Amino acid sequence: MKGNEALAESAMRAGCRFFFGYPITPQTELAAYMSKRMPKVGGTYLQAESEVAAINMVYGAAAAGARVMTSSSSPGVSLKGEGVSYMAGADLPGVIINIQRGGPGLGGIQPSQSDYWQATRALGHGDFHIVVYAPSTVQEMADLAYSAFDVADKYRTPVMILGDGMLGQMMEPVVLPEPIDPATLPEKPWATTGHAHQRPHNVINSLYLTADELEKLNFERYERYAVIERDEQRAETYLTEDADVVVVAFGAASRVARSAVNAARERGVKAGLLRPVTLWPFPKRALEETIPTAKAYLSVEMNMGQMVDDVRLAVSGRAPVDFYGRTGGVIPTPDEVLERICALSEKVGE
Amino acid sequence: MSRELQIVLAGFGGQGVLFAGKVMAYAGLIENRELSWLPSYGPEMRGGTANCSVTLSDEPIGSPLVTTPDVLVAMNQPSFDKFIDVVREGGVVIADTDMVPELKEREGVKVVGVPATSLAEGAGLKGLGNIVLLGKLWAETQFCERATVDAAIEKCVPPRKAALIDKNKQAIGLGIEA
Repeated sequence: MKGNEALAESAMRAGCRFFFGYPITPQTELAAYMSKRMPKVGGTYLQAESEVAAINMVYGAAAAGARVMTSSSSPGVSLKGEGVSYMAGADLPGVIINIQRGGPGLGGIQPSQSDYWQATRALGHGDFHIVVYAPSTVQEMADLAYSAFDVADKYRTPVMILGDGMLGQMMEPVVLPEPIDPATLPEKPWATTGHAHQRPHNVINSLYLTADELEKLNFERYERYAVIERDEQRAETYLTEDADVVVVAFGAASRVARSAVNAARERGVKAGLLRPVTLWPFPKRALEETIPTAKAYLSVEMNMGQMVDDVRLAVSGRAPVDFYGRTGGVIPTPDEVLERICALSEKVGE
Repeated sequence: MSRELQIVLAGFGGQGVLFAGKVMAYAGLIENRELSWLPSYGPEMRGGTANCSVTLSDEPIGSPLVTTPDVLVAMNQPSFDKFIDVVREGGVVIADTDMVPELKEREGVKVVGVPATSLAEGAGLKGLGNIVLLGKLWAETQFCERATVDAAIEKCVPPRKAALIDKNKQAIGLGIEA
């Protein structure tokens, strides 16, 4: 299965019954797959008139308690930013997919990771975070989409799957998760499902004109973020135990980095890979475990250097942090990364 | 050392390079191996050059983008010219000589020419030059069990085109003997 299709199928198996989207390369197979399958599981697929409309439909369905998803690629996700901020402000769960392409502007349509900052820092205005997952295989596209709905519901927050054109377009074997019947999911007592004169009104809103009230809500939300930072960090480490050079890479770039790490080991260079699976929260704990042995870090990304900021924050000056990346839709080759690993290893070995 | 085979299939959009790659990927799936299939996508698909990267391996696959293939299947001259120099030392190039009139030899690389388009047409299998080349690719590399190729074809040909399954199988045989 293609990554886009595996993600779509898995989302429906997680109980997602509403999809609102707008076509854009290289994400389109995802929406196309949804349009075919969603009616067969009794759900609603709707191609909105724009990305802005799509994200506001997500807001509405989430407010009514449904498991809901939208997907797009970079320029389209920018348009959805406002709606995601409103969802965060109204504490609404929902899943947003970004199958990234090169930017800025309309950019290109080849794979890229240049929306890292947008996803982890400023998808919209205001004091908020969203949980961001970075799959690196087709299997993970399916697995993370499946669990994203649980995380979104648990913390009442939007969750993003940050993929890219390579992961969306490629085929790999995939084992799909068991389908969940949405009727069996835990109830959402806050949802606007109709009070039938049995309970007070539920209100879904992000407008609070009293500063004290809004501050209190933001404080409460940040307490939830603290729990997410504590409990939801995820990362995979590969050969990091004795590594001099720890490569940090996510998504498609981590595949390239893994090939380069293997090649470095064949040359006798002690390299390892730390692969963040959650980008927010950034897996600081997994990185901390490498601090005692690592002599240098190399952030490898398909952009001009974005995640490297988080690597530097986590390393906090305790080791040099270098960066290598290609941008605009160009995918780095394992040989290029290998060269940087070897050069860095020589520099810190002296 | 694990057995890993990296292949690039390239040609004009519509010649079926993505489909031929898909058959290889399914062969890997049937034999429970690690595999990846990565297509080029975008404007080059419409009449320009299309290509796909296929990797079959016994270990988890790193980069699915093949930059130094063990095998190149070239279905047109631009593809041949673009990729011939990046084929790994000791690798194989399989080219459709009907579409690649200027075969270039390269030291350390085996270049095999097959008039796949005309062979297919002559056997009443018009449009299956891609599969003839796939047959030749199997003959050169034995990338899976022989029976698996046929099984993979059965998986890849959509049900509404089931009549083409036998023709595809014939084309594989034609390529193996070519």
